[in-house]
Amino acid sequence: MPSAGMSAADHAANKAAVDRASKSGYLSDVQVYEPHRVGLPPLVPYFRELWHRRPFAAELSRAEMRSANTRTFFGQIWLVLNPLLLAAVYFVLLFILAPRDEPGPFFAHLTAGIFAFYFISGALTTGARSVVGGGALIGNMAFPRLLMPMSAVRTAFFRFLPPLVVYFVIHAAMGLPWSWTMVLAVYFMGCMVVFAAGMAAMFATLQVYFRDTTSFLPYFLRIWLYLSPVLWFIEEVPARLAPFLKFNPLYSILGGFTDLLVRGDVPPPGIWVMAAGWAVAAVVVGFLYFMSREREFAVRL
Amino acid sequence: MSSLFASESRAPDAVAAPLPVDDVAVRVQNVSVTYRTTFERTPTFKTAVVRLGRGERAVREVQALKNVSFEVPVGTSLGIVGANGAGKSTLIRTLGGILPPTSGRIEVHGRISALLALGVGFNPNLSGTENVVLGGLANGLTRRQVDERAHDIAEFAELGDFMDLPIRTYSSGMRSRLAFAVSVHMDPDILMIDEALSAGDAKFKKKAAEKMHELMTTARAMFLVSHALASVKEMCNAAIWLHKGELMLQGSPEEVVAGYTKFLEVGEDAFSLEDL
Repeated sequence: MPSAGMSAADHAANKAAVDRASKSGYLSDVQVYEPHRVGLPPLVPYFRELWHRRPFAAELSRAEMRSANTRTFFGQIWLVLNPLLLAAVYFVLLFILAPRDEPGPFFAHLTAGIFAFYFISGALTTGARSVVGGGALIGNMAFPRLLMPMSAVRTAFFRFLPPLVVYFVIHAAMGLPWSWTMVLAVYFMGCMVVFAAGMAAMFATLQVYFRDTTSFLPYFLRIWLYLSPVLWFIEEVPARLAPFLKFNPLYSILGGFTDLLVRGDVPPPGIWVMAAGWAVAAVVVGFLYFMSREREFAVRL
Repeated sequence: MSSLFASESRAPDAVAAPLPVDDVAVRVQNVSVTYRTTFERTPTFKTAVVRLGRGERAVREVQALKNVSFEVPVGTSLGIVGANGAGKSTLIRTLGGILPPTSGRIEVHGRISALLALGVGFNPNLSGTENVVLGGLANGLTRRQVDERAHDIAEFAELGDFMDLPIRTYSSGMRSRLAFAVSVHMDPDILMIDEALSAGDAKFKKKAAEKMHELMTTARAMFLVSHALASVKEMCNAAIWLHKGELMLQGSPEEVVAGYTKFLEVGEDAFSLEDL
């Protein structure tokens, strides 16, 4: 009906309804949908709702892990086999290029680095596919879309745990020393998770607008691997490259992680700050980009 | 504001939640929805570059709803009729908060099961049970509520052991049975049933109709999108007719169906006749 016919009483009732709706958020008795500019949804109700529905992200990730494992003969063993084989390939390659006096610690460093890098690249790859892959769900239901990439990060993290156990076996087999400082690696693991969450949200959004993203991703990730302190020790960087490598977020995040885990070396304070800084920057930029766009996803899929 | 269906509204004796100040379940005011879709089905870098070279714009506007207004009082079961592409699905997606309106305002009093059912089966590699559980959790139910309902849903859909098999092994009838079972078991205040749910054999259709009658006594309002005009007349106590995004007629199901049928007879597109 034309708005000209609206009486003052209607306006008052509307206003009351809007007030009630704005107080109660998503799950309220009254919801009001109005046009909005491209922008962020109200942050507090959004994150409250995100937290409330986190069992969905957990269940989605669990179900996907189950269904992925039923199709191959080795099943779950591939979670370990995959990064292990990759580490072996790089070890052979690097040993041909430049034989080292002490291959043991280097191999341990290589596996720890590759396992961790695999976690981040896994979160990024599955995260990028999460929104586009959940098309029917997104087109037909209203829920905080951030749950989709978060589920991908959870999947990647749980796939990272078995390789981590394997790393400790390698650590022991190579006769590397155990020290209490290894526990501090958990800090960098936390940075990895936060960083991966931000990047997963970022690439999930990119994938909605450019479906080529996942095709470029493997090459992008490979270059990133070479630029990260995985195939080389952090102190082996040529002096002329060192200033630039600090701009790689994984320089501090992965560097700190492997230094602590493999050698028990406590990195300088700068590395700790840098790792946290990159993680927070990634999560803020990634989440805000995702959230500012997510209400458009339903029409873009 | 006119309240065309006011005479139809029944006493909401079975409604558990407290009544809002006004007896309106859904209020739609001057709502327009304009999609901005890309030319290409799947946007890629290549087409983006080519388009940039030609100086074309990436988006094209589709007016799915044009200045639609209506009110649905509590207790209404609203039939939505119209040809393909009339904007019926857009309307219920907008009511469900999935698509934001381009202009206008929508007020929904109660929790909507926004096409939950159509989201079921989004991952064909997951089992029926897993899809049901995921849909329920995404809709904001707790794990325990979902588990309770999953059992009822399996029973109602009569899928038996198929519930534990991947959805890709289902026949289309089984899928729609599951979808219908999900949408009626989520206890929404406002129920939405899309035409896609009408598949299923005669026996299931009868069961579905009985279930919908039962729900009409407990739900605050119901929306039924259907091409089966007979079932709109039978199930609904009010109806609207959309055509190319515009609200053509609202009133009692008999009036609206008669108007729609007449409109189809006097001309318009021949394809619409198949829908009858």
